Amino acid sequence: MEFDPNAAFEAVGPLLAAFLQVTLLVTVLGSIIAAALGLVWAIGRRELPRIPGAILAWILDVVRMTPLPLQLLFGMAVVTELDGFRRFGDIEPTTLLTYLGIVVFGIHYSTYMAESYRAGIESIRQGQWEAATALSLPRRRTWRAVIIPQALRATLPSLGNWAIAMFKDTPFLIVITVPEMVSEAERIGGASFKYTETFAVAGLIFLAASYPTAVLMRKLEKKLAY
Amino acid sequence: MPTETAPDPTGAGSSETGPRIVMENVRKQFGKNVVLDDLNFSVDRGERVTLIGPSGSGKTTILRLLMTLEELTGGYIYVDGEPLTHAKRGERRVKLRSGEVSRIRRRIGMVFQQFNLFPNMSVLENITEAPIHVLGRSKDQARADALDLLDQVGLKDRAQAHPTQLSGGQQQRVAIARALAMEPEILLLDEVTSALDPELVGDVLQVLRDVARNTDITMLIVTHEMQFAQDVSHRVLMFDQGHIIEEASPQVMFTAPQHERTQQFLQAVL
Repeated sequence: MEFDPNAAFEAVGPLLAAFLQVTLLVTVLGSIIAAALGLVWAIGRRELPRIPGAILAWILDVVRMTPLPLQLLFGMAVVTELDGFRRFGDIEPTTLLTYLGIVVFGIHYSTYMAESYRAGIESIRQGQWEAATALSLPRRRTWRAVIIPQALRATLPSLGNWAIAMFKDTPFLIVITVPEMVSEAERIGGASFKYTETFAVAGLIFLAASYPTAVLMRKLEKKLAY
Repeated sequence: MPTETAPDPTGAGSSETGPRIVMENVRKQFGKNVVLDDLNFSVDRGERVTLIGPSGSGKTTILRLLMTLEELTGGYIYVDGEPLTHAKRGERRVKLRSGEVSRIRRRIGMVFQQFNLFPNMSVLENITEAPIHVLGRSKDQARADALDLLDQVGLKDRAQAHPTQLSGGQQQRVAIARALAMEPEILLLDEVTSALDPELVGDVLQVLRDVARNTDITMLIVTHEMQFAQDVSHRVLMFDQGHIIEEASPQVMFTAPQHERTQQFLQAVL
């Protein structure tokens, strides 16, 4: 077997396009959704009364403990059921499924991020809550001004790691036929029979994107320490 | 140096009458462990009362109950005649809604053993946070007041510092300023020098002596600094196993305690 640099070079353009249009888009928007929802879940678990709180915890467990591809397929089935896309107007099926992917990734990873937030919130000493009570700060203000800023410092590095994990899970979008970079690599490889070259390029693009992010997160972690 | 003002347990400059704090049949249990049992005492306006006694005797729990950091198991606490967390409705004991509790709680401030400053805020922000968001002060007003308070505790030049950049003694002085910024009628001091290196204790106690001399804030003090207790308090309560076993003026308590348990305790700490 011979490695054909030309084939690898030719694959860069289309793969990069797929990377930017789908992989990066899903990761960035999915991470934002996951980070926001995760915080909502974590606060909900502390603030809700016992029974609604237990129900929320149970739902989060269910989402966290079922496979992401299954959730993607389930989501696609639901979307398809809703009148074969027509209910959503003129949106192209691929675009619609990309949106679906963003939402499913966001929800799935929000359950992991909720656990990270929870650990961050629990790491805050009881004295901080007590000081807020002694100053009569309203509960909302206590969360906003005292608890969340401190919890975020403790949580941010692990949120970054979840974002990288999400990034590496984007090939699961294959199951709902969204043309992300890996399925695109398979298509190109299939057309030219240069599988090795195209997959190698796809791998390098992943590495080039996630490695600097990981380094950045580590730097951030150091900078955020009190 | 004794710096106390003349004890004035009846009025302390307030036109209102009646005690500032009343504890009625107060009971506190943690699980099966009874910490306070059928406790009754009251504190007058402007009065400064020190609680002494061995650890585990329930002194800190009393402060924490007043600050609503612990839930009362039984009995009632009144502040200015108003129930704090539970009220009597006929024969029934009713828990008050959190809105009512917070209205009365606003009159109470607390300084903690571990300072508990907010590490994500500057010194100035620590002090202005509650006046702005609870009392509705303007930012400029809150800032000016905070700088005055920082001046009083000798830390005006550290307004922009973060708590982690300060020594323990400085942090505790900021915490005192933070509590005073809410203009409390009642100030609870929970072993405020116990976490400090010995050489830092003096500055903190000096600040508190000044507060005692210059204001008529009612104070409940839990401390192991007996000289400080003698200097600032009007009355000393000796606790043992959740009960007040002796009550006297500091002069009497520290020189001629009556109860055998008090004698033992004071011998051990003095």
